[in-house]
Amino acid sequence: MSTDTATLPVGRYAYDEVDRTFLSQRVAQFREQVGRRVAGDLTEDEFKPLRLMNGLYLQLHAYMLRVAVPYGMMGSDQMRELAHIARTYDRDYGHFTTRQNIQFNWIRLEDTPDILERLAGVNMHAIQTSGNCIRNVTCDEFAGAAADELLDPRIHAEILRQWSTLHPEFSFLPRKFKIAISGSPNDRVAARFHDIGLVAHPGPDGRAVFTVFVGGGLGRTPIIGVQLRDNLPEEDLLAYLEAVVRVYNAYGRRDNMYKARIKILVQALGVEQFREKVDAEFAQMNRADYRLEPAIVEGIRARFGIPDLDAPADAAQKLEAARKADARFDRWVRTNTHAHRHEGFISAVVSIKPDGGIPGDVTADQMDLIADLADEFSFGEIRVTHMQNVVLGHVRKDRLRDLWLRLDGAGLGTPNIGLVGDIIACPGLDYCALANARSIPIAQKLSARFASPELQENIGTLRINISGCINACGHHHAGHIGILGVDKRGEEFFQLTLGGSAENDVAIGQIIGPALPEDETVDAIARLIDTYLVLRHEGEAFIDTYRRLGAASFKDAVYAPA
Amino acid sequence: MPLLENGRVTEDRWAQAIAGEALPDGAVIVPLERLEEGLARPKAAPLGVAIGPDVDVAVLRPALPRLALVAVNFPSFRDGRAFTQARALREHLSFTGEIRATGTPLPDQYEFLLRCGVTTVQTDRAEDVAVWQQAHDIISIAYQPSVLHERPQGLGLRRFLGK
Repeated sequence: MSTDTATLPVGRYAYDEVDRTFLSQRVAQFREQVGRRVAGDLTEDEFKPLRLMNGLYLQLHAYMLRVAVPYGMMGSDQMRELAHIARTYDRDYGHFTTRQNIQFNWIRLEDTPDILERLAGVNMHAIQTSGNCIRNVTCDEFAGAAADELLDPRIHAEILRQWSTLHPEFSFLPRKFKIAISGSPNDRVAARFHDIGLVAHPGPDGRAVFTVFVGGGLGRTPIIGVQLRDNLPEEDLLAYLEAVVRVYNAYGRRDNMYKARIKILVQALGVEQFREKVDAEFAQMNRADYRLEPAIVEGIRARFGIPDLDAPADAAQKLEAARKADARFDRWVRTNTHAHRHEGFISAVVSIKPDGGIPGDVTADQMDLIADLADEFSFGEIRVTHMQNVVLGHVRKDRLRDLWLRLDGAGLGTPNIGLVGDIIACPGLDYCALANARSIPIAQKLSARFASPELQENIGTLRINISGCINACGHHHAGHIGILGVDKRGEEFFQLTLGGSAENDVAIGQIIGPALPEDETVDAIARLIDTYLVLRHEGEAFIDTYRRLGAASFKDAVYAPA
Repeated sequence: MPLLENGRVTEDRWAQAIAGEALPDGAVIVPLERLEEGLARPKAAPLGVAIGPDVDVAVLRPALPRLALVAVNFPSFRDGRAFTQARALREHLSFTGEIRATGTPLPDQYEFLLRCGVTTVQTDRAEDVAVWQQAHDIISIAYQPSVLHERPQGLGLRRFLGK
């Protein structure tokens, strides 16, 4: 068993021989399953749940392989392997997803065992990135770095990853199950739009205490999660989650896949009755069997590499001087960085949303560059965000300009984080068998229309989310402006929703009116934004102006062009 | 497929109750609706009950001391309710008899079945026994507690499955 702590990867759990043995057994198992499918011993219907357990979807044109990036954390070595896979088995690119994973869109079934074996070589896999099981646990992209964080949630995210991996009872749930975890009072994980959202803070004894939200979600029926507990002690974390998921497994609907998520069960029972069932299960359990002892938590914590945060005393001053000397750099720092808990460091967001580009798409060369920059500037650590961007978490302030110059030179310096151009979009009808409309071209047109950094910064914080169908993979309900693709007699139309948010001010966007034809949608959004610019008070963000004035003030702009 | 236990073929000593016919004298599995009838037989005759996936296993509590077998059902391999039933029988009702999985579970679910407390598998599927045996042997590590109480090994939540 490896105990070489000097080489532990920063920010994520270090595999040892046991974990590697498990992965190689899994790869062998899947190779055997693919063999049975190719030989015709398994029908597609029988093979489907097996390939889905390994992240393999059959899309519109090809197989798609979704690779897990547990809690969004990966290392430069892993990113280079992903680049290799993109070059060798795909068309030179991959796509970061809103679950902080990466997916490859042009995969051959026969290649998948080899790809999984290569991934296992860098301690990666595609387990439970699809199927009706507990999916990749997502986490705050600034975890362990953010100045506002109370507790690093990645240790518990890793515990939940392990606990949910091939869980014997919960691998054939009524429907998929998504868990997010945060350790910050500022919600960056959409905790109340998850099947289970966990918000951690330290208790009086220093051990983690969790607030538990349940039954949130987007999709066809957007619902804000309800709080089940605000005082769950760390030692009961696994027992309590077992109880919640058991109640769901036993009582969740299986007759209609569109009514099968836990949110529907919570609504049907009512939160009080749901809580009673969970409490009854929890009370019956032999809690000693499930107790998450501090020793287990600390054992897993000890497998995480810790960055050596050592910066010169004048690092912050140097950054200030560099910002004063270069307005473009200064703008990027304003939009694309996040305050670090250490005064000499800062977190940098690499926008994967270039002007007119496809949100989240990253080429093999860009992956290699990000890996190199992570090695040079951020301890080899890379974070994928649920906004489909990349974060380098621990950058020394006096080196930030060097990083930016390298990014900017490679077209990865777009200063649009949190602005109009930072659009979430699902793959849409360009790839997806479920979609009604193409999300990507709308995202590209909007991003090109608002490419001016000055204009974007003037407009300010604005979240535009685009889904190509009502399954809402582009989180349109949670967008300040949501765009939903619908099919009207074979034509692509887009319905606008306003006022959604996945953050502390969580809300579900409301439909403003009839859907618009594709060629009018971008103009309508431009008028909507112009209207906001006229109506806003000094310093007021779009979402706040909308909440102050309501939909009526914006409706004319959308439907009655001047 | 023949009855499987621990990845190996085993003899099935249980008869199934036949609708419209009286229960036989020996070991018999009755549907839940005929449980009272089964319990009315002589106490020495081994009795099992077959339940559907929508049954709350707590209803078996009074009868359980008299039951040597509970058959849980997978109407489809996608329907995982029987995993929770089996686990609850072991964990909450301390049932120590045979739990038999019926219906159409997949061999690839074998480890899950065992770790939820299932002991024997009688599937309607036509697979080769060898596929089930292979599925039984392929994975040796798990990451969470189960009713089999595998001992944690070293770090964190991990345990070896003792194969």
